[in-house]
Amino acid sequence: MHRLSEPELALIEMVREVAAERIAPAADRYEREHTFPRELFDLLAGLDLTGLPFAGEVGGSGVSQRTYLMVVEEVTRAFAALGMGLSVHTLATWGIDTYATPAQRERFVPDLVAGSMLGAYSLSETGSGSDAAALTTRAVRDGDGYRLTGTKAWVTHGGVADRYLVMARTSDDGARGISAFVIDADQPGMTVAPPESKIAMWASPTAQIVFDDAPVDADRLLGGEEGRGFGTAMASLEGGRLGIAACAVGLAQAALDEAVRYARQREQFGRPIADFQGVGFLLADMAARTEAARALYRSAAEQRDQGLDIGRVAAMAKVVATDAAMQTTTDAVQVFGGVGLTTDVPVERYLREAKILQIVEGTNQIQRLVISRSLTAS
Amino acid sequence: MKIIVPVKRTPDTAAEKVIGDDRTVDRDAGESVLCPVNEFSIEEAVRLKESQDAEVTVLLVGPESAQSTVRKALSYGLDGGLQVTDDAIAGSDALGTARVIAKALESREWDLVIFGNQSTDARTCLVPAAVAELLGVPSLTYARHLEVEGDTVTVHREHEEGWDVVEAQLPAIVSVVEAINEPRYPSFKGIMAAKSKPLDVVSLADLGVSADEVGAGNAAATMYEFEPRPPKEAGTVVEDDGSGAAAAQLADWMVDKKFA
Repeated sequence: MHRLSEPELALIEMVREVAAERIAPAADRYEREHTFPRELFDLLAGLDLTGLPFAGEVGGSGVSQRTYLMVVEEVTRAFAALGMGLSVHTLATWGIDTYATPAQRERFVPDLVAGSMLGAYSLSETGSGSDAAALTTRAVRDGDGYRLTGTKAWVTHGGVADRYLVMARTSDDGARGISAFVIDADQPGMTVAPPESKIAMWASPTAQIVFDDAPVDADRLLGGEEGRGFGTAMASLEGGRLGIAACAVGLAQAALDEAVRYARQREQFGRPIADFQGVGFLLADMAARTEAARALYRSAAEQRDQGLDIGRVAAMAKVVATDAAMQTTTDAVQVFGGVGLTTDVPVERYLREAKILQIVEGTNQIQRLVISRSLTAS
Repeated sequence: MKIIVPVKRTPDTAAEKVIGDDRTVDRDAGESVLCPVNEFSIEEAVRLKESQDAEVTVLLVGPESAQSTVRKALSYGLDGGLQVTDDAIAGSDALGTARVIAKALESREWDLVIFGNQSTDARTCLVPAAVAELLGVPSLTYARHLEVEGDTVTVHREHEEGWDVVEAQLPAIVSVVEAINEPRYPSFKGIMAAKSKPLDVVSLADLGVSADEVGAGNAAATMYEFEPRPPKEAGTVVEDDGSGAAAAQLADWMVDKKFA
């Protein structure tokens, strides 16, 4: 087992303190107001938490994936929309940082790492979700640059992000015809549709982005080469899946914390309901499931830190952790009984948030496809 | 400008305190933390560092194990640490502690010392003024606002009826109350950098303090007895049923408690 260094322990301690004192108390208000918590993202930025796993030369702290994901878990435990936001921001930043030319890296990455800019990632379209390579947004050569036309869908941070990693088609050659572009919020010819009305994570806007003959400079083609977009998108998602797994564990832990607290305090038949095995065993399963999911995502993170291929294990971590979160948040509502169905307590929100995690960054069916194909590939 | 911020390691305020056989707080019984009041004095120093490029040193008197507290203080972005560690200091009263701090301050150059007005363990509020007296420098206590311009320090000194505006020439000693600011959290880079900031650990002999000026045996104050604070009583709830009766009840309560 990887041991945390003293500064890493201090980091987690600091994040827990900030999460308990500043983030968790604000979560419900942002959710009800359907407002992105930019002030809280700025708070994370000021504490150097928006670029943890990136190298010092772009302003990062160079921590391991494992440590970075522990921070995502703690933030999500306090406020899921913010924790997922941190994961999505990091996923977009990672894609740019990894595949940029040196000049692009210097130009695009430091502001994201510093958190003065919020990142977003845009692959899906209404007609291409799981079948991402079928995307149709086009980037047509125009003199020295490109013209982008098409509609991207379900973009997390759509409308509030400052910098988007956008996948668009530069040729008809299937997945090999996809390129990645770095697009800023002030891009002419780009508009953002009103956010989707959705089941949960109301504080995290999800929106379509519409490109209408948008002129994009050639130096915004990530890596300076066409056709590399699909590889960039898929590699970024691998890390993103670990991010979602960490989010799921944070969310499951939050649900468990609430359920344990309530089960000890709520009395029926003259004693706390935690004394009844029907409830106690439910709590036990919730805890065991959460801990198993935590162990799996951290193991996957360690493999990534060691430079190993994590395609299969990242998919496993995502599916195990988000399914665990779904079951655990459902059980937490059950422990609360009637109260759990009301918005007076946060567990109904956790349940709705867990459903989102089973779908984003590749549905859990796609994760199973990744796993099964890797098992049976010759 | 050079600033020194004395800090203290105190038992976690959230934890139950244990009083040992020697009638002092058993510091090994629970977790110890950077005294929460110091977060405000550190914040004030960091603001002066940002606005006036001040160089800030953290000063701690305490056992070797308190080094983590010095590092914690440094993680807010301070420049270096000075720790006075000596077995003879154990059990010192406020005056003994003040003697050690005064000597430690004499060993350094500084323009301003920013204390917390009290520590969350003993809460005597004596040390800042005692240190100023020993050093013969102005003492500006209970500051809820602090400004430094040139070699003049101005504070708003809090008291029951409001505050006084008090001014002194540097060098001076200030103690701050929690109303003065909203402390920040240490950033991760601050935490990383704290590891490699210079930290000098000195003994009483290094500072020229004689062991018979400090420690439990030389304390001017003696603790004879202690008892836990009685639990808080439930407050009075006045419910407003719209009839106006609540106003009368509230007025009666205020008269009863001699508020009116």
